[in-house]
Amino acid sequence: MAGKSGREIIAEQPFSWKHLFLRWESMLVLLLVVVNIMNIAISDKYWSVTGLFRATNSFLNIAFMVLPMCFVLILGDIDISVGSILAFSATMLGVTYNAGAPMGVAVLVALLTGTVCGCINGLIATRFTELNPMIITFGTQVVYRGLCEIILGDQSTGGLNNVMWFSNLYWGKLGGVVPYMFIIFVVCAVIFGIVQHKTTFGRRMYAIGANREAARYSGINVQGTRFIVFVITGLFSAVAAIFTAASMGSINNAVGKGTEMDAIGICVLGGIMTDGGKGNFIGAMISVFLLGLLEYGLGLVNVSSNVMLVVKGALLVISVMIPNLKIVGNRKKKVA
Amino acid sequence: MKKKVLSALLCVSMAATMLVGCGGKTDDAAADAPAAEDTTDAAADTEEPAAEDTTDAADDSAAATDADLTTDKTFCLIVKSAGNPYNQKEADGFKEAIEAQGGTFVLQEPAAADAESQITCINNAISQGVDAIAIAANDADALQPALTEAKNAGIHVLALDSATNAASREVFCNQAGITQVGETLMEAVKDISGGEGKWAILSAASTATNQNAWIDSMKSVMEDSAYSGLELVGVYYGDDEYQKSVDQTDAILSENPDVKVICAPTTVGIMAAAKVVEDKGLAGQVKVTGLGLPSEMADYIGADDSHSCPYMFLWNPIDLGKLAGYTSIALVNGVITGAEGDSFTAPDGTAYEVTAASDGGTEIILGPPYGFNPDNIEEWKSVY
Repeated sequence: MAGKSGREIIAEQPFSWKHLFLRWESMLVLLLVVVNIMNIAISDKYWSVTGLFRATNSFLNIAFMVLPMCFVLILGDIDISVGSILAFSATMLGVTYNAGAPMGVAVLVALLTGTVCGCINGLIATRFTELNPMIITFGTQVVYRGLCEIILGDQSTGGLNNVMWFSNLYWGKLGGVVPYMFIIFVVCAVIFGIVQHKTTFGRRMYAIGANREAARYSGINVQGTRFIVFVITGLFSAVAAIFTAASMGSINNAVGKGTEMDAIGICVLGGIMTDGGKGNFIGAMISVFLLGLLEYGLGLVNVSSNVMLVVKGALLVISVMIPNLKIVGNRKKKVA
Repeated sequence: MKKKVLSALLCVSMAATMLVGCGGKTDDAAADAPAAEDTTDAAADTEEPAAEDTTDAADDSAAATDADLTTDKTFCLIVKSAGNPYNQKEADGFKEAIEAQGGTFVLQEPAAADAESQITCINNAISQGVDAIAIAANDADALQPALTEAKNAGIHVLALDSATNAASREVFCNQAGITQVGETLMEAVKDISGGEGKWAILSAASTATNQNAWIDSMKSVMEDSAYSGLELVGVYYGDDEYQKSVDQTDAILSENPDVKVICAPTTVGIMAAAKVVEDKGLAGQVKVTGLGLPSEMADYIGADDSHSCPYMFLWNPIDLGKLAGYTSIALVNGVITGAEGDSFTAPDGTAYEVTAASDGGTEIILGPPYGFNPDNIEEWKSVY
């Protein structure tokens, strides 16, 4: 737009190919391609449609927790209770079903449980703003897991895969090829991506994450937004719980342990740093498939799970280090 | 300029990390370089598509020898967890049995001793197109959908060591009859405690089928009047993790200061309990028994008060692995179907028969448990 002086004032950076290729997400795409090439090279069983969809089924039930985790991390908060919310929702699902209720009711109970757990997290986080959400969710993580252990004891609650439509949520395939869970995930991911990047709610999240005080002074309802995000996190942990329950047909008190760290790790690898205010949803989605396919490809050649942990950990450490290395470089330049 | 260098370094280092995968466990993949042209070489050594092979195998009569039918077949073993010497010995036995007949052996180790990790392993096995899956289950029911998927893909499924439920498997390779284990361990507890006193059980995961079966058997043996002086104070779960088992042993000792015997029917638990009891100097008052690996328990076995374990039991996990190997070969070659009354002869000459199991399915029993005491521990501790 032309100002009074007649000069062009442009608010957006002009498009540049160099910027496109040097973005974090481009590195991830490149890495995804490298992983796929490597996997094809080491196993001829990799590049098959049924095999790949079977692989996506193994990691997508946790990926449902990655969707809201992106929001949480962009806000600058963190939620490590998602694994326990998953366990608690799954427990309520199993207990309700085995108490005689129809499966539909049990599913609704599970979603409700997840939402309530998210509400509790959100209420504590927004009422006691001086508390670090890491500590809050650390506490609720233990509480929810403890509730599972009280309800289930050492037994498992099962028989869930007797209900065909429930079992088909995880095992069923559209046209015999595309798993329903994959379709549902893609739809949810598209919705989350649009909310994060194209709506004002998304922009508010970025603002809160970048500078909470400035956002508050700008009139953004910081606590309200944080509360909503915690509730969504709880709800989608329950969704992940439903798919996990459908995959196994029975629930014990140890389901979902460690999944919160997987979810956070995927987001961080995707470029959404834990400080908040930065990151692109596409990055998180690419890294879901990147880590999932890497694990699948290595599993096809029977690499020990211990080695896979080291590889995943190394990737995460490198992904956190590289952006910081750039900053160090800039500082040195300024002094000289 | 710096950004470009860093980006290039990033790509190179990530690609280098990728190469870790190429140093994986299979013999063929390790030799190949990660280039697309080598894909065809890899295919020559690895498994052929499962579906056609399995149907051929089922149709073939048992006229050809096992060895002829077994080459080109792949057999996958899924253990309970990684890094456990007992599971490692099982895998060694299984591998020996399979490779002696010319088959290809594949090992999948789950990251954690839970059902979710084993489902990932089962999916990997299905995608690889193996011919048989032998699994030591972490959860009796939770693997049923995944194993049904495997069966639908034409893969033979059998369980060993720790059973799945009857619907998930064709047959179960049981290391010892459940009642035999229960009776043997209860007899040991009664003998060590002198017939009366408190005792506790330190188990593995609360959902592990074999653990629960043995514990239930012990409890029903205990109903006999001969054991009326014994009081079971509780079952503690160490999840087959060393640190957790240590913590649970501490809990047993602090909650029940007058406990006389700790019975741990799991190799991780018995080792943890024996060490804790000796470290606390309680080896004179509290004794430990159960199922343990001789190599791990050699230092703790002794008749005097400085050793916490007077004697313990186990079977040879290498033999159990071999039995599972022979059984999977027999299943794939169509020699048995897993129905009650089937029988087959293993290549080493032993005849095995499929009998009814207590959970409604069928099983093959390896033999009675073997006792380890101060007299024979030296001989066995180097074997396994």
